[in-house]
Amino acid sequence: MVEPRRKLTGSGRTGRARAIETVVRSIIASSGWVAIVILTAIAIFLGTNAWPALVSPVAGLWKMLSGTSWYSTAATPEFGFLPYIVSTLRVTGVALAIAVPIGIAAAVFISEFAGRRIKDVTKSIIEFMAAVPSVVYGLMGVYVVGPAVKDLFHLTSALTALSAGVVLAFMALPTIVSISEDAMHAVPNDLRMGSLALGNTRWQTAYKVIVPAAGSGIFASVMLGMGRAIGETMVVLMVAGGTMDLTWSLTASARPLTAVIASEMGEVVQGGLHYSALFVIGLTLFVITFVANLAADLVLERQRKRWRR
Amino acid sequence: MAFARKEEGHVVNTLQQGCFELKDVSVAYGKETAVSGVAMSIEPHSVTALIGPSGCGKSTLLRCLNRMNDELGDVRVGGTILLDGEDIYSGDVDPVELRSRVGQVFQRPNPFPMSIYDNVAYGPRTLGMRDRGELDALIEDSLRRAALWDEVGGNLKKHAFELSGGQQQRLCIARALATKPEVLLMDEPASALDPISTQLIEDTIAELKSEVTIVIVTHNMQQAARISDRTAFMLRESMDRPAGLVEIGDTRQMFTKPVDKRTEAYITGRFG
Amino acid sequence: MTRARARARTRTARVVETAMRIVTGGAAALIVLSAFGLLAYLLVRGLPSISWLFLTAMPKVGGIFPAIAGTFWLTLGTAVFSLPIGIAAGIYLSEYAPRGTRTRLIRLSIANMAGVPSIVYGLFGLAVFVMLFGFKVSILSGALTLACLTLPVIITTTEEALRQVPQDLRQASLALGATRWRTIYKVVLPAAAPGIVTGSILGLSRASGETAPVLFTAVFFSAPLPTSPMDKVMALPYHIYIMATQPNHPQPGIVWGSALVLVAGVTIINIVAATWRSRARRKVTW
Repeated sequence: MVEPRRKLTGSGRTGRARAIETVVRSIIASSGWVAIVILTAIAIFLGTNAWPALVSPVAGLWKMLSGTSWYSTAATPEFGFLPYIVSTLRVTGVALAIAVPIGIAAAVFISEFAGRRIKDVTKSIIEFMAAVPSVVYGLMGVYVVGPAVKDLFHLTSALTALSAGVVLAFMALPTIVSISEDAMHAVPNDLRMGSLALGNTRWQTAYKVIVPAAGSGIFASVMLGMGRAIGETMVVLMVAGGTMDLTWSLTASARPLTAVIASEMGEVVQGGLHYSALFVIGLTLFVITFVANLAADLVLERQRKRWRR
Repeated sequence: MAFARKEEGHVVNTLQQGCFELKDVSVAYGKETAVSGVAMSIEPHSVTALIGPSGCGKSTLLRCLNRMNDELGDVRVGGTILLDGEDIYSGDVDPVELRSRVGQVFQRPNPFPMSIYDNVAYGPRTLGMRDRGELDALIEDSLRRAALWDEVGGNLKKHAFELSGGQQQRLCIARALATKPEVLLMDEPASALDPISTQLIEDTIAELKSEVTIVIVTHNMQQAARISDRTAFMLRESMDRPAGLVEIGDTRQMFTKPVDKRTEAYITGRFG
Repeated sequence: MTRARARARTRTARVVETAMRIVTGGAAALIVLSAFGLLAYLLVRGLPSISWLFLTAMPKVGGIFPAIAGTFWLTLGTAVFSLPIGIAAGIYLSEYAPRGTRTRLIRLSIANMAGVPSIVYGLFGLAVFVMLFGFKVSILSGALTLACLTLPVIITTTEEALRQVPQDLRQASLALGATRWRTIYKVVLPAAAPGIVTGSILGLSRASGETAPVLFTAVFFSAPLPTSPMDKVMALPYHIYIMATQPNHPQPGIVWGSALVLVAGVTIINIVAATWRSRARRKVTW
């Protein structure tokens, strides 16, 4: 019995399957580019909307970056946002000062000391923290952290750079902990075993071998955590106080860049100079976080290649 | 057993079914030539074993026969490979179609995370078979040929992962047989299994060869001697020269009176 | 080194070890305790306000239904716009993308998108969807903006889930005469589905809690229940923010109740999704 044999060429079935494959492949391939498209679009639209303020004689990039007064509603408006940059720095500085040591220490604990159960539980809780909406953190800042900081340091106000920085630390912590822990976890176990076999304690292994090996990943986690702190809006809007003085004092009120945009954009004339100035601030934020993220990405990529993950 | 498809395959008048002819075949990955100068024929309805030490290119060569090498990226295959007289690397041959005629069983069992039924039905459904009655019959037939029907016939809805390692491998054999291939490629099919499962699979191979041409890669010489009709010995003599075919011939003769000195050295265990 | 000195060193090392365990464990405990503290505080201050009336009534009678409805519609819209493109892009990266600089560039862009501040997305949405496309302040603009924000999460989570599927399965399918796409559609995607669904839900729940992107693209205080995608809406996070910063009518009950609803919603969804994923994952690998 010779049964109907399939020839290798000219079969209708594969012709149709081939056609479907080609169509699907092009749809999928084009969606692959969406990220580049959107990112570029963000840069472009921020730029075009910021342009009027950037080239305006009243504003202008240099004037804005170095100017210390922001009087958007004056007859001859000024758009110097240096005080806001300093506010961002103050708040972020506090946040990182708290989150980096605690975060890395916690990551070391989870990666090198904790047993399976504690590790799972802690990681879940940290995931939970990351999922809490920023406005809720803002609430905690206004009602709990702010007053606590005020009492602790005998300040006159609960809404200061310090309070906001403390709350921001909680927002940066999950990022720092999880990425650092990933980096430490990625260090091959052989290295750990080798060190322990030489008579080192777990702690000695951790600081002599693991942390240096995971160094780039830890650095990346700090960069990303910093990005989160810089880019956070609701918390600083609600907790930092909102005055525009140029000061480095941590116990004074602060008005970071994000808060400026959020509080003023609702009331500007669309397309006017003020509107455009706010886009300049947006563009500044975009550039800062872009650079921080790029640094983190490149470092993480190198770490990945190193451990051949 | 005909498949319910829109276009029926043609009845091709060839004298043999499942016969491979290789002429001066070479395989290069990127800049490096892994295998070169292979010339051999695979007889239909027989078991041909590819043996040789690790790194000698036997799996690479096997993957040429169903063009699975195409999926690995920067691979170039030179020379000619004919399946029943057709050049499988010619421009208008679709590898997808080829693979329904040349099946493969892998080293580690890799059933799909589906029921036994859906696993075996995957190939026929891909070919367009829809009729439930036809599928049922085909699946039973395939499972019988793979010596698995007795053990699972009662409950085909069972999830494939609930089977033992040996059973899963036989499931993979049944799955490959369901597309009614002329040739079955087996890449060390029993190396991950226990001796009893290995025996079962060797028995299955012996029974299948009357209907299907089998090409089996194995690093186990005794296995090759047990089950194959012809054996091909491949070797890579040094890292800066590609691997090649040293000798191919009747199995019994290869193992008692090999022609090439290197074959003799390998078979007598002077190197592994 | 003499025996005695060696023993002394070991003893010091042990002491240090214990000390550092306490220190690092303390750091971890601090984080965990704060999380619990937050949850506890929320419960204590918010639970009294929760009632069926609260969840389903209009603001005039002390309910927050419009805010819940608004958040629901915004999240739905985000899903509609971000899931198809995001999952397709994830499939591309995992199954089709060649290794090389272009793919690297795509990956870098995705990672960078994830780091863009949410307020910048808000500005983008304002400039493009509200103004340029003329959608005005509406659910549509808000959903599109949130979709941009959520896209990197969906893409990353899809790619990860697809990568977890063992290569053997793809090989088996191809060897049976299936095309690449059929392999993805019939074998790989179903196997990766739990991971993709979970990750998407997590990403969407994060989007639902965002305030900054919707500030100038979708929300309006005391907006009524929406009747079309072009309407402005209330959103739960925005609602919380406004109520918390109004100096003249402080209504802590509503504020904390809303916050609890938001956090509880997000947490429950996260837990359900994660549990489902770990249970379904056991069926793919053995």
